[in-house]
Amino acid sequence: MNLTLKIWRQSDANSKGKLVDYNISGVEGDMSFLEMLDVLNEDLINKGEEPVVFDHDCREGICGACSLQINGEPHGPDRLITTCQLHMRKFNDGDTIYIEPFRAKAFPVVKDLMVDRSSFERIQQAGGYISVNTSGNTQDANAIPIRKEDADEAMDAATCIGCGACVAACKNASAMLFTSAKVSQFALLPQGQVEATERVLAMVNQMDEEGFGNCTNTGACEIECPKGISLENIARMNREYLKASMKG
Amino acid sequence: MGGLIKSSIARKVAMALSGLFLVFFLLQHFTINFTSIFSADTFNELSHFMGTNPLVQFVLQPVLIFGVVFHFVMGFVLEIKNRNARAIKYAKYNGGANASWVSRNMIYSGLVILAFLGLHFYDFWVPEIVHKYVEFAPEDPTRYYHELTIKFESHVRTILYVVSFVFLALHLWHGFASSFQSVGFNNKYSIAATKFAKVFAIVIPLGFIIIALTLHFNYVLNH
Repeated sequence: MNLTLKIWRQSDANSKGKLVDYNISGVEGDMSFLEMLDVLNEDLINKGEEPVVFDHDCREGICGACSLQINGEPHGPDRLITTCQLHMRKFNDGDTIYIEPFRAKAFPVVKDLMVDRSSFERIQQAGGYISVNTSGNTQDANAIPIRKEDADEAMDAATCIGCGACVAACKNASAMLFTSAKVSQFALLPQGQVEATERVLAMVNQMDEEGFGNCTNTGACEIECPKGISLENIARMNREYLKASMKG
Repeated sequence: MGGLIKSSIARKVAMALSGLFLVFFLLQHFTINFTSIFSADTFNELSHFMGTNPLVQFVLQPVLIFGVVFHFVMGFVLEIKNRNARAIKYAKYNGGANASWVSRNMIYSGLVILAFLGLHFYDFWVPEIVHKYVEFAPEDPTRYYHELTIKFESHVRTILYVVSFVFLALHLWHGFASSFQSVGFNNKYSIAATKFAKVFAIVIPLGFIIIALTLHFNYVLNH
């Protein structure tokens, strides 16, 4: 199939970017979206032009590195997948495809389609862990009984790969789905209780400091999340935060 | 405490609680107004009680005004913060693919309701305050129904009220159900609570529309 790509080009974080049109032919339906961009980049390199910079790593849908806002949706029109798992059979011959970076003040563009998502790392570093001495005397986790339902919910929250699709999809560029998943994966488990108060206060505070917007419950994040992280996590984080604020 | 005031979650909860308070007020307002379409005497009696009871006048009314002002000021504050969170907009943004129009445009439905409140205050609240606290006019327990009906003689005002109630329905459709999530209520009862909120969002504004149209057509048919 032949496609017209409208791709955001921006030489560095301080430059003003713009959409540039590229025509690409010979695209096969079985190609992944990133493979299609690889083909485009080979063409550009052969012509002596600068290739398009975009994030990618595992190309198996589990690392969260690939981003891309495709035709106005993070990771494109399909559901429960990352961009590397999006295939060109989802598009038709002659289509025009808009490819933009994830947009948020807290996700500044590094170059072209690559954004700096280290704000997520800082939220995680603020409290998204449990302080366990791993010197060899650690208690066997299986020795602590946990309800199956709680374990399942904690595991569901822990499947968040931190790709940033929730922020990209949200009209407010809110990071509450990500932060709530990282709060929930510990809030549901006994191991997370010791630092529960400090964790939620510190992580929400960091989230606010990074400049993310506020959640208005549109639900776009849940729909676009490649791992299907539920809005229930945001409600849980709100409860945890209110409880922690009361404790001081 | 300073951190709590600036916190995104605290603001979200405050927005939800003030919204829930206004929902309760709407229900009370609707209940009294609904009596006007079948009993002028009942409407007069209830309005007289609300207009003269010191608890309502000097405690609940200021709390209500604070609730309204707080809700829209906080709405604007959050809207500005949210717009700043994405300084560069997408060239193509398919918001309809993952969220309803109503949920994405609460600020616009809210602005219409705010404009309506201006008209509504001009129509009823300001004259009432002038009557009682500026002119110190003698109390007449039977005046309320007449004061209500003359406002709905106008086609234009009736249409403005009906359109505003449609926007109120849109605002409630997302806002009421969403307030449960904001205060952390998301469990096995959430589906039932959401259904209740959606029914409320339709029934109450529709009831207000019926009241406005009934009063208007009563006038049209009698003149």
